[in-house]
Amino acid sequence: MSDIAIKIEGLGKKYLLRHQQQGRSRYKSLRDVLTQKAKSLASLGRRNHQPSGTREEFWALKDISFEIRQGEAIGIIGRNGAGKSTLLKLLSRITEPTTGRFEVEGRVASLLEVGTGFHPELTGRENIFLNGAILGMSGAEIRKKFDEIVTFAEVEKFLDTPVKHYSSGMYMRLAFAVAAHLEPEILVVDEVLAVGDAAFQKKCLGKMKQVSTRGRTVLFVSHNMGAITSLCQNAYWLEGGRLTSSGPAREVVALYLAGNADTQTRKTYLANLRRAGDYGNRLAITHVEWLTELPLQHGEKFAARIHFRTSENIDDVTMGLGFSALDGTRLLTYETDFENGHRPDLKGGVEGFVDVAVSELPLAPGLYSMDVGSRSGDNYGLDYVSGFCRIEITMGPKTPGYIVRQGAGVRLASKWTWGAESPKPKNALI
Amino acid sequence: MSRLVIEAGKAERHYWADIWKYRELFFFLSWRDILVRYKQTVIGVLWSLLRPVLTTIVFVFIFSRLARMPSQGVPYPILVFSAMLPWQFFASALTEASNSLVENANMISKIYFPRLVMPASAAIVALVDFLISLVILAVMMAVYQVVPTWRLLAMIPLTGIAFLAALGTGLWLAALNVEYRDFRYIVPFIMQFGLYVSPVGFSSSVVPEQWRLLYSMNPMVGVIDGFRWAITGASSSFYWPGFLVSLGLVFLITAGGVWYFRKTERAFADVI
Repeated sequence: MSDIAIKIEGLGKKYLLRHQQQGRSRYKSLRDVLTQKAKSLASLGRRNHQPSGTREEFWALKDISFEIRQGEAIGIIGRNGAGKSTLLKLLSRITEPTTGRFEVEGRVASLLEVGTGFHPELTGRENIFLNGAILGMSGAEIRKKFDEIVTFAEVEKFLDTPVKHYSSGMYMRLAFAVAAHLEPEILVVDEVLAVGDAAFQKKCLGKMKQVSTRGRTVLFVSHNMGAITSLCQNAYWLEGGRLTSSGPAREVVALYLAGNADTQTRKTYLANLRRAGDYGNRLAITHVEWLTELPLQHGEKFAARIHFRTSENIDDVTMGLGFSALDGTRLLTYETDFENGHRPDLKGGVEGFVDVAVSELPLAPGLYSMDVGSRSGDNYGLDYVSGFCRIEITMGPKTPGYIVRQGAGVRLASKWTWGAESPKPKNALI
Repeated sequence: MSRLVIEAGKAERHYWADIWKYRELFFFLSWRDILVRYKQTVIGVLWSLLRPVLTTIVFVFIFSRLARMPSQGVPYPILVFSAMLPWQFFASALTEASNSLVENANMISKIYFPRLVMPASAAIVALVDFLISLVILAVMMAVYQVVPTWRLLAMIPLTGIAFLAALGTGLWLAALNVEYRDFRYIVPFIMQFGLYVSPVGFSSSVVPEQWRLLYSMNPMVGVIDGFRWAITGASSSFYWPGFLVSLGLVFLITAGGVWYFRKTERAFADVI
């Protein structure tokens, strides 16, 4: 295995799930074990051994085999609970496999969490050394990289402040900075980029790209498909603990996303979806309903209805519907006040709806993530749910073929004029 | 480049080599625990001085004034404190070690390292308290005019034995703590019980001769007797059979602790 960095053969991991009674902690306690022993001892003569039906086997990962070449950047995708993190835990030796084996060539550093072992009472400087050691760096290595880490994290001024006084942004930057300066042959990274603001995420992604272009092997788990396709050459798709598909990252991601579109759902209820901030309860968007056929078609009309409920009188209300790329970048926004800036005042304690009708959907065919929101005036957010559903836009009768192949984002009507510069005017260009 | 092969169900071949590789982590974790310990409380250092001193005062009062225990010509405070020193060290090393895994659950579920590093580095913290307490001992020896002898050097290997005893027991308790979460309630009880069955407040010479060997089944008996012998230089002759029994038991407990720890270690990340 000269150029193979990781070779996995029939790897599997089994967990025993214990269905405990209500109110019990999730941990085994000596008290429970002893009382159970006593009970079974008492019933020994009567021969009615209760089968301990409270245990259930669960294969978090089963029969995984693949090879990763040296210098390759691999993305691992899949839904929550598909076994991605278990795979990384096995490869980083945190837990042992139940079946199978794997071989690893070179030093492995795993980054399953940013800032593992950080202690709030210690200063930034102390935590850099501690965290570095935890991640497997030697003292000499940390000293050598120290300045670089501090510069990357932008915390020069606070080096001797306990990290408990850091803002969460500073804390994350410092934590990632230490990890980013690891120089292992193989880097295993779990969803650590999901934290921090956009600028920081971009910085992290850039650093990871740099790592992978330096000939290191990278294993990367993420739900951010944009990051996977931009960082990884190949991707593996796990589903229910098994390998579903593998190949070039772009293809696997497309396949994965296609399998995940909510193409059938005409109504999406939002009550249980996470809001990005605290908007109070003056207005709640309850559900969004498609009034036209799904899937939506490029270049065709569509209509949707946003249902909401108010609890008090609100002035100057605007509602909006947004189409975003799957990494969350907004591509297209429709808002109620677009025409003549009309913003109605709403009464409290009512349930209502607002319809949007678009005559020509300009987004190229593909998968998009939908956002919906409402605000009062210019700045006051009332409710906002980003990514409440995924929607597929397919080719319409007017869609030119090349758009499908290459993607075109938003394609809008526009006026163009051709002209000739050379040879001089007499010859027409067309 | 190093190659690593992990196979289901196979014990690791490079475990002890790995521990050596992770020695730096061991130092850093000890360093962290020490830093935190003396940062968190304003009276951090003071506290580690105060605790053994206060207990010693109480013990002197109870055992010397009330119970009128014999002291073999050694000032009673010295008699008690020379035992308090190793006992306190043993007790806090054991407590730190047995709580270390659960307290660092997050690290264990996110990072690989030989888990043995964790309780070992936690136990080291107790050594700092111990060294500080030595200063009190020096002061007390000066006050009571106890002349130090070459025997004091015996404290070094004796401390090593106390550490081993604490670590060995700590490994058992740490691993059991991960498995059974209510085990930690037992640890303070062991400590309290141990303080009274060990010869801390009295000299082990008060134990009837025929019971002496049996009494030495408590591994700390040998260590405490050794400390007394080393510090007081007293007429008390060294009771070798008892010491050897204690020593043997310490090794047995430690070996058992390592065995049990290694056996359960692989599942730590799954159950913690």
